[in-house]
Amino acid sequence: MYLARVIGRVVATTRSTGLDGVAMQWIQPLDETGEAMGDPLVAAAAISSGPGDLVHFVDGREGALACPETFVPVDAAITGYVEEAAIGAVDLAALEEA
Amino acid sequence: MLIGKVVGSVVATRKDEKLENRKLLLVQVHDLWNKPKDQYVVAVDGVGAGMEEMVLYATGSSARQTSLTENRPCDAVVMAIVDSWDLGGANVYEKWAS
Repeated sequence: MYLARVIGRVVATTRSTGLDGVAMQWIQPLDETGEAMGDPLVAAAAISSGPGDLVHFVDGREGALACPETFVPVDAAITGYVEEAAIGAVDLAALEEA
Repeated sequence: MLIGKVVGSVVATRKDEKLENRKLLLVQVHDLWNKPKDQYVVAVDGVGAGMEEMVLYATGSSARQTSLTENRPCDAVVMAIVDSWDLGGANVYEKWAS
């Protein structure tokens, strides 16, 4: 799993079977300093996250396991909010959105 | 998942028999600001997407988690048609924009 910031929302009405009601959101993966790490991607939101939230996400086939229906073509899913992420004395959760 | 535009279809008469009757799309990857990248993916169409449509596609083993692609040699599937997306409250793409 990785840390990420939710940066946007995607609206897609026509979807594969089993994905109804699952929010799709743009996320930017973050490194240990809270800086962007790699390119943004779209993840299925298994929690009710929204833009600005610091979250953790899982990628690969395991992403589907976080969805209400698990046999779905999902390769990245937001799995939780980050309330605290301390690296040394730095609390990433306290950092402002980049 | 990533977002791309359907720029073509791929016709292959001689192919793995498990891919028979599966529509293959050529998808050009776009970045989060809807700028086309010099990167293309051949994906099985899981939602009936048409030319020029913006779509979401899943890759890797997740791509096999649809009734169309289960147990088939497929590592990319179009699993949603994108209507719109926004970043930081600003609309980036709107399918029905006049």
